[in-house]
Amino acid sequence: MLKISRYVAAAAAACLPTGAALAAWELNMPVGVTELSREIHGLHMLILGVCAVIAVVVFSVMIYSIVKFRRSKGAVPATWDHSTKVEVVWTVIPIAILVGMAIPAAETLIKIEDMRDSELTVKVTAYQWQWHYDYLDKGVSFFSRLARDSDDARRLNSGIDPRTVDNYLLEVDNRLVVPVDTKVRLLLTSNDVIHAWWVPQFGLKKDAYPGFVNEMWFRAEEPGVYRGQCAELCGYDHGFMPVVVEVKTKEEFEAWLQAQQQANGAAESEVAAVDSQTENAAVATVARAE
Amino acid sequence: MSTVDTHAGHSDTHHHDHHGPEKGWRRWLLATNHKDIGTMYLLFSLTMFFVGGLMALVIRAELFQPGLQLVNPQFFNSMTTMHALVMIFGAVMPAFVGLANWMIPLQIGAPDMALPRMNNFSFWILPFSFTLLLSTLFVEGGAPASGWTLYPPLSLQTGNAFPLSIFAIHLMGASSIMGAINVIVTIMNMRAPGMTLLKMPLFAWTWLITAYLLIAVMPVLAGAVTMLLTDHYFGTSFFSAAGGGDPVMYQHIFWFFGHPEVYIMILPAFGVISEIIPTFARKRLFGYDAMVYATASIAFLSFIVWAHHMFTVGMPLAGQMFFMLATMLIAVPTGVKVFNWTATIYKGSLSFEPPMLFALAFVFLFTIGGFSGLMLAIVPADFQYHDTYFVVAHFHYVLVPGAVFALMAGVYYWLPKWTGHMYNMTLAKWHFWLSAIFVNVLFFPQHFLGLAGMPRRIPDYNTQFADWNMISSIGAFGFGLSQLLFAVVIFQAIRGGAKATDKVWDSAAPHGLEWTLSSPPPYHSFEVAPEVK
Amino acid sequence: MNDQLKRNHRSLASRLWLFAGGSFAFGFALVPLYDVLCDVTGYGNRSRLVEAAEVVEAPDENRSITVEFVSTAPTYGNWEFRPAVGSMQVQPGKLYEAHFEARNLRSQPIVAQAVPSITPFQATRYFQKTECFCFTPQAFAAEESRQFTVRFIVDPKLPANIDRVTLGYAMYDAKQGSG
Ligand SMILES: [Cu+2]
Repeated sequence: MLKISRYVAAAAAACLPTGAALAAWELNMPVGVTELSREIHGLHMLILGVCAVIAVVVFSVMIYSIVKFRRSKGAVPATWDHSTKVEVVWTVIPIAILVGMAIPAAETLIKIEDMRDSELTVKVTAYQWQWHYDYLDKGVSFFSRLARDSDDARRLNSGIDPRTVDNYLLEVDNRLVVPVDTKVRLLLTSNDVIHAWWVPQFGLKKDAYPGFVNEMWFRAEEPGVYRGQCAELCGYDHGFMPVVVEVKTKEEFEAWLQAQQQANGAAESEVAAVDSQTENAAVATVARAE
Repeated sequence: MSTVDTHAGHSDTHHHDHHGPEKGWRRWLLATNHKDIGTMYLLFSLTMFFVGGLMALVIRAELFQPGLQLVNPQFFNSMTTMHALVMIFGAVMPAFVGLANWMIPLQIGAPDMALPRMNNFSFWILPFSFTLLLSTLFVEGGAPASGWTLYPPLSLQTGNAFPLSIFAIHLMGASSIMGAINVIVTIMNMRAPGMTLLKMPLFAWTWLITAYLLIAVMPVLAGAVTMLLTDHYFGTSFFSAAGGGDPVMYQHIFWFFGHPEVYIMILPAFGVISEIIPTFARKRLFGYDAMVYATASIAFLSFIVWAHHMFTVGMPLAGQMFFMLATMLIAVPTGVKVFNWTATIYKGSLSFEPPMLFALAFVFLFTIGGFSGLMLAIVPADFQYHDTYFVVAHFHYVLVPGAVFALMAGVYYWLPKWTGHMYNMTLAKWHFWLSAIFVNVLFFPQHFLGLAGMPRRIPDYNTQFADWNMISSIGAFGFGLSQLLFAVVIFQAIRGGAKATDKVWDSAAPHGLEWTLSSPPPYHSFEVAPEVK
Repeated sequence: MNDQLKRNHRSLASRLWLFAGGSFAFGFALVPLYDVLCDVTGYGNRSRLVEAAEVVEAPDENRSITVEFVSTAPTYGNWEFRPAVGSMQVQPGKLYEAHFEARNLRSQPIVAQAVPSITPFQATRYFQKTECFCFTPQAFAAEESRQFTVRFIVDPKLPANIDRVTLGYAMYDAKQGSG
C-alpha cells in the first residue's frame, strides 16, 4: 500500500514546483531528505488520496442530487427514510479503510520511535528566543539565533523590504552542522517555556520542555542547508527563532568539528559574551512578565 | 422522526388574557422568558462575532505581506489569543445557547425553560465576563498572549491580564454550565405528552448530548485554569518542573476539556442541519435513529482522543497508537452523519432558500474539515502538520463553514418564526454566496501554507509564504465585510417585512412543534401542552 | 408550574450540579491520576526518581547500555552545572556512580534543587537510583562549588529496543518556603 502511495507521491511531486525556498505558490508537503520524511510524505499522500476518493464519491452524489432533484424541475420526493443495509455498509467500509490506513502509519511510527544505534548526540536547549546546540562529549556548543539582516528587517516598520533579505527569517548566525548519512539524535529541552524544534525536510517536530528531556532522531541523506522554525508559541519573538541545519559530508563535518574544538579555547571569552547576552534577554523577559 | 399531531398546537393562541412582556429595560434585565433570553443570547453572540472578527482582521492585515507593518509581535499574539477566546466562548457557544433557549421549548412543547431565573443569571454573567476579558486589552502588559490554550509556563508570563482573564474564563464556564443544566432539566422533565426521546427533533437531541458534555468538561477547564492561578500566585507547582510538576500535565487536563469542547461547538450544528435539510428536501431525515446514535458515539469518543492535540510532546508509542486509532474511529460516526444528509437530499424535491444554501455548504465544507481532521490523526503525518497553518485551516473549516454556517442556517431558518416577518431573501442569498466564496478564499490556501512549512501563531513569515497569505487576507476582508449583510438582514426582519405564515416554509415536511405556533409565537407558548402521537 | 414538576426540576438540577462539582474535582484528581497512568503505561513516574531503590546487583554481562548525562541551569547565568563525564558504558544490573558539579556563580548564598529527567521516558522505571540529590533543597554559600553523586543501576529488564538512556538534571533555585 505504501509502495503505491510512493508512486503517487513521486508523480505528484513531479508536477509540483519544489524548488526549495524560492517556491512561492507551494502547495504540498516537502518530500524531504530522510527516510522518515519520505515515509511521512507517503502517508500524507496516501491519506490525502483516500480522502480525495471518498470526497469525489460523496460530493458527486450530492451534486447529482442538487442538480437532479429540484422542486423547480418538478421532482417528487421519495418517502423512504432509512435502509439498514446501506447504513451497515457505510459504517463498515470506513472502518476497513481506517484499519488499512493505521497499519502503514503504525509501521512508520515504530521507526520514528526507534532511537537505537545513534551516532551523534546533540543536546538542543531552547531559550526565548534562540537555540543552544551542545555536541555531547565533543566539547562544542554554541547559540544559534536569527541572522542579523533578518533581525533588522523584521522590526516594526523597519523600512527594509523582506524580499531583499536572503532567507528572510529562515537564517541564523550559527547553523547546526551535522554529517550526512549519520543517525543524529537530538536531546531537546528548554530553559524557559515550551518550544518545538522543526525542520520540514526532516519530517519531524518535537517539543522542548523545561525540566524534561525529549528525544528525536534524523538521518539526512543529502548534504545541504535545511530550514525550519520554532513551532510552539513561545512568546514575543516566537516567529523569529529559526532552525537551520547544515548537512555536510562526513569529512567536511570532521574538519568543521576540529576547527570548532580548536577555536574553543580562544573563543571561551566569546561564549561568555553570548551568555551574558542571553542573560540580558532573560532579564528583559522577567521584566515583561512583571 | 416523530409524527407531530398538530391539533393541540394552536390551543395557546387564544388565551392571552394574562400578561405579556414587561415594558422597557425590566423586560430584558429581569427576563425569565425563554424567548427574550434567547434573543439576548443571539444578539450578544452576534456582537462578539463582530468583535472577534475585527481581531481576526487585525491578524490578517498584519499577515497581508511579509514584514511587520501594523502591530508588534506581543499585540499580534494577544490578537490570536483573544480572537479564539471571543469566538469560542463569546460567539459560537452563546449563539447555540440562544438557539436552544428559543427552540428547545418550542420543539418539545414546553411553556418555557425549566429554570427561568437561572436562565436569566446564566445570560447576564456573559456581558460581565466579556467586559472583563476585553478590558485586559488595556491593562499593563497587554491582553493574554499565550494562545487560547494558555499553556504554562508561557501563560504564567502574562502580566496583569492573567487573573482577569482567568476569572473571565471561570464566569464563562459558570454560564455554560448553568445553560447546560437548564437544557437537560427542560428536556428531561418538560416534554409534551407523547414526545418520547426518540421522537424529539434532532436539534433537541444534539443539544441534550452537548449539555452533558458541557457539564462534564467545563468544570475541568475551570480546574485547569485554577491550577494555573495557584501556580502563579500561591506557590503551588502543578505545572512547574522546578517544583516537581509537569507542564505536559496541563496539556492533558486542558485537552481533556478541549476535545469535547470541539464537539460542544459542532454537535448542535449537526442538529440544526438535520432540521433544515429535510425541510427543503421535502423528505424525511434519512436514518434518524442512526443520527442519534452517531451523535452519542461522537460524544463518547470525544473523551478518549484528547492527546491527538499533543502528539509532539513525546508520548510512549502505545499512547500514540491508541490516540491515533481512537481519533480515526471518530471518522466513522461523523461519516454516517454526512452520508445520512446526502441520502436525505437524494431523491428529494429540493429548493434553495438561504437556510438550505447554508446547510448544503455546511455539508460540503464541514466534510473538507473532517478530511483534514482524519489526516491529522495519522501520527507520523501529524508530526509535520502539527502547529502549522494546516491545523489552522482544519479547525477553521470545522468552525466557520461548519459551526458558524450552521448557526447562520439556523437563524435564516427560524428568523421568520421569531420575528413574524420574512426577511430580504435577495440580500440573504448575497450574504450566502459572498460568505461561501470568501470563506474558501480565506481558509483553503492556509492548507498549502501549512504543508509548505508555515507555523501558526507567527506575525511575520518568509517571502515564500507571501502569495497565499495575501490571498488568504483578501478572503478574510471579503468574508468579514460580507457579514455586515447578515446584520442588515436580521435588523430589517426585526423591524418589519412581509408577514410570515405559521409554517413559514413552503414545505410539507417541516417537522417540529414550532411550526404549529403562530409567527411570531405568542409570548407564552404551549401553556397547555400539545399532544404528540 | 405545579409543585411536583418544580420538585422534579430541583432534584434533577441538583444532581446535575453535583455532576458538575464532580467534574471540577475530577480535574484536580487528574493530577494524581496522571502519575498513576504514567506508571502503568511505563511513561515514567517522576516520583520514582526521588525514591532510593534497594537493588541487588545482578549484572548482565552480555549487554552494554550507554548512559548519558546532561544538565541545564534555567536560572540564567547563576549556575555552572555540568556532569563530570558526558557518558558511560554500563552493564545492566551493576551499580555505577556518576558525578555532577555545581557552582553558585552569585555572590549570595542560595538554596537550589535539582530536578531529574530520564530519556526515553519508558526507561524511567528501569533506572534505579540508590543515591540521588534530586528534589532535596541544597544550600549553597556564595560562589560555593559542590559535587553531587548519583549511584544507579540499570535494570536488566530494560526493554531491548533501548540502547541509550539519558539522565538529565535541571538546577532550579528553590522556591522560597517550599521544599
Ligand atoms: Cu520557541
